[in-house]
Amino acid sequence: MKAIEALGRRGIDFLRGLGRAGDLFLRMLLNVVDIFLHPRELTGQLYAVGVLSLLIIAVSGLFVGMVLGLQGYYILSRFAADAMLGVLVATSLVRELGPVVTALLFAGRAGSALTAEIGLMKATEQLSGLEMMAVNPVRRVLVPRFFAGIISMPLLALVFSAVGIYGGYFVSVGLMGGDIGTFWSQIEARVDFRHDVVNGIIKSFVFGVTCTWIALFQGYDATPTSEGVSRATTRTVVHSALAVLGLDFVMTALMFGDD
Amino acid sequence: MMDLAHQAGALLLAWFTLREYMAIRRGAVTAIMGPSGTGKTTLLKLIGGQICASAGTIMVDGQNISELRIRDLYELRKRMGMMFQSGALLTDLSVYENVAFPLREHTKLPESMIRKLVLMKLEAVGLRGVRELMPSELSGGMARRVALARAIALDPMMIMYDEPFSGQDPISMGVIVSLIKRLNDAADLTSIVVSHDVPETASIADRIFVISEGQVIEQGTPDALMQSQKAWTYQFMHGESDGPVPFHLPAPSLASDFLGEAE
Repeated sequence: MKAIEALGRRGIDFLRGLGRAGDLFLRMLLNVVDIFLHPRELTGQLYAVGVLSLLIIAVSGLFVGMVLGLQGYYILSRFAADAMLGVLVATSLVRELGPVVTALLFAGRAGSALTAEIGLMKATEQLSGLEMMAVNPVRRVLVPRFFAGIISMPLLALVFSAVGIYGGYFVSVGLMGGDIGTFWSQIEARVDFRHDVVNGIIKSFVFGVTCTWIALFQGYDATPTSEGVSRATTRTVVHSALAVLGLDFVMTALMFGDD
Repeated sequence: MMDLAHQAGALLLAWFTLREYMAIRRGAVTAIMGPSGTGKTTLLKLIGGQICASAGTIMVDGQNISELRIRDLYELRKRMGMMFQSGALLTDLSVYENVAFPLREHTKLPESMIRKLVLMKLEAVGLRGVRELMPSELSGGMARRVALARAIALDPMMIMYDEPFSGQDPISMGVIVSLIKRLNDAADLTSIVVSHDVPETASIADRIFVISEGQVIEQGTPDALMQSQKAWTYQFMHGESDGPVPFHLPAPSLASDFLGEAE
């Protein structure tokens, strides 16, 4: 009986959390005008969320691309298909690895920072303070961060893919002595802008909304103690990772199901 | 209800039940005292409309807080100042910018005017010289004084202090005590001080409400409460360790606990 009760309680808690998250999402969307009223807030957050994530994104992209190049070369060369290496690297980066790995790194680098920042603002009564100064904290604090996240993510994913392709290029042409013309011309011929690149951008846009939403909600909803904030930060990374991977499966099935 | 508010000349009325109410007079320093965890801070949050009352009514300046629309509530909050226990300064802004924040948000004053106002408010709390510092570089007492300057930036009609004296050294405690009184008299404010520091609060309050577990136990002037015949009030005001609030919390008898029978 106790077990059923506990299960029911968890279910109710889960649904309540979902409701609060949805409510916050709507309130952020309704207050979108604020980013035009305070553009400096947005640029500040674009720097904190986007620019400061550039290094980890670029370095990771480089290595992911290089590993793809190596593994691809080992296998493709067995079938004398190493001319297709560029296509393999570019397609997998643009369609999947770019958006997904960027989102995972973004959740770890920027998402956790957002949660900790908002959670600490709550714990130190800064959010209450804003409310008592008749300033809506959702509008003033959350909205610029939310849209900074949404704008940054697709751009970061594009940087990741671009650097990754150069990583693959470095391995296949520089290290393995592949033909430079083949590498680029195959990519040009077989990677479709609308089908591959645009779909990748759509994916990273969805991940941007999801990850930033989760991060901000967890911070805003955190128990205002040091333990509460640390738990919320962990939850941000875990929930973001699961949401990104799950959504990626769904979107891949929808976008590339008829290949 | 409105009549009653009018009669008492009260700025703020809090109803707990039909019979019991708290009327806070305009222009006075009113203290709300009681042990920790008794709902003092909750009461301030109720007054500010940050949480909704599940029962009872709170009227501020003739307006029922729980029935206000969000926009009207925000309008009313511009006329309320609040000093939080931690100061609640925005950590990414300097002292100057923190005090300027409400002015920039709610007025369209030119920069030169904002500068003059901010310097005036900082002068009032004696911290004009530290305007370039960041909140992390301030001591706890200074952070509260900056928070006070910020709370009066928009010249509110009332100001609420949440535990202004807790954890302060004697000097900054004395500074804050005299600031609260001076500001109240000079700026024609209505001050509500929530605290459990008896001597400091009693020295500046015009009227004290002693509450416990959400109930008003007793109210009156500091002197009257100091001489109160009620055992509970007496214990609280004089800080006695035993009385109606027992020193020992309920437990099985010592002998049976030692013998392990209570397990």
